[in-house]
Amino acid sequence: MLKINGKPADAAGLTVAEYLARENFDARKVAVEINEEIVPKKNFAEVVLRDGDIVEIIGLMGGG
Amino acid sequence: MVTLEDKFTLGGHEFTSRFILGSGKYSMRLIEAAVRDAGAQIITLAVRRANTREHENIIDYIPKGVTLLPNTSGARNASEAVRIARLARELGCGNFVKIEIMRDSKYLLPDNSETVKATEILAKENFIVLPYMYPDLNIARDLVNAGAAAVMPLASPIGSNRGLATRDFIQILIDEIDLPIIVDAGIGRPSQACEVMEMGAAAVMANTALATAGDLPLMAAAFRQAIEAGRKAYLSGLGRVLSRGAAASDPLTGFLHD
Repeated sequence: MLKINGKPADAAGLTVAEYLARENFDARKVAVEINEEIVPKKNFAEVVLRDGDIVEIIGLMGGG
Repeated sequence: MVTLEDKFTLGGHEFTSRFILGSGKYSMRLIEAAVRDAGAQIITLAVRRANTREHENIIDYIPKGVTLLPNTSGARNASEAVRIARLARELGCGNFVKIEIMRDSKYLLPDNSETVKATEILAKENFIVLPYMYPDLNIARDLVNAGAAAVMPLASPIGSNRGLATRDFIQILIDEIDLPIIVDAGIGRPSQACEVMEMGAAAVMANTALATAGDLPLMAAAFRQAIEAGRKAYLSGLGRVLSRGAAASDPLTGFLHD
């Protein structure tokens, strides 16, 4: 198991790109951090999620 | 004579609008009208966990050519702010960042010393850093030395619409700091925005004043005019104030009593 945006997720073995596609995220509009390290967009297709990873999928919203 | 060439510069980028627009607490469908009626060239955004249940993305509602200013709200210390700023850049926001660091959840007051630390780190990473701060001259000087592109003192607590509670201290920053002073937070009505512009502020940032107004685009237009009026008054130089008495503004060549 790993944790994605604070919730347990069954995604070990998937690449970042595969996980984003499975969950209907628009990969162009999110930033991804694994264990507090940013994954550059160009690496989404190569970086594999592993058990124990803490993943954050981040986007923009309205704010002051 | 005031012309359209009255520009101000942030990190080498020139702007003619002195109204920085927030995008929080209102429908993204109103953003286009708000930007248009505000005449805004910079809009602030927040960085949050993405959610696939929301099918609309705020980026799609912001007109092209408007500079994005992501904030670090949610950060409680410098390292969290740095982390958010790096994510914002990765999200394609460019190099601008508004640092917002709060430990206090009741008054939402910024943590000035953590803000200086974050400014120093992010300026070294080539961000154009706009730190939101409590108006303190010593901290403002530290922010200058840390590489800030502007200083953003609060007028009153965030979202309060209470206006210029810190007026005299903002004036000190305007007089002493050789960077644009952008008054942020608490400005509740156009007259207050006009007043800080008359005082010599470089720009005004507003969000809640618009988001909680009866007609958002109309209020955006009112703020735009107030900010432009205040700027022109500042450039003109205000007329003098008499401490007592009066001075006739009509010629006293009376013919009635001769």
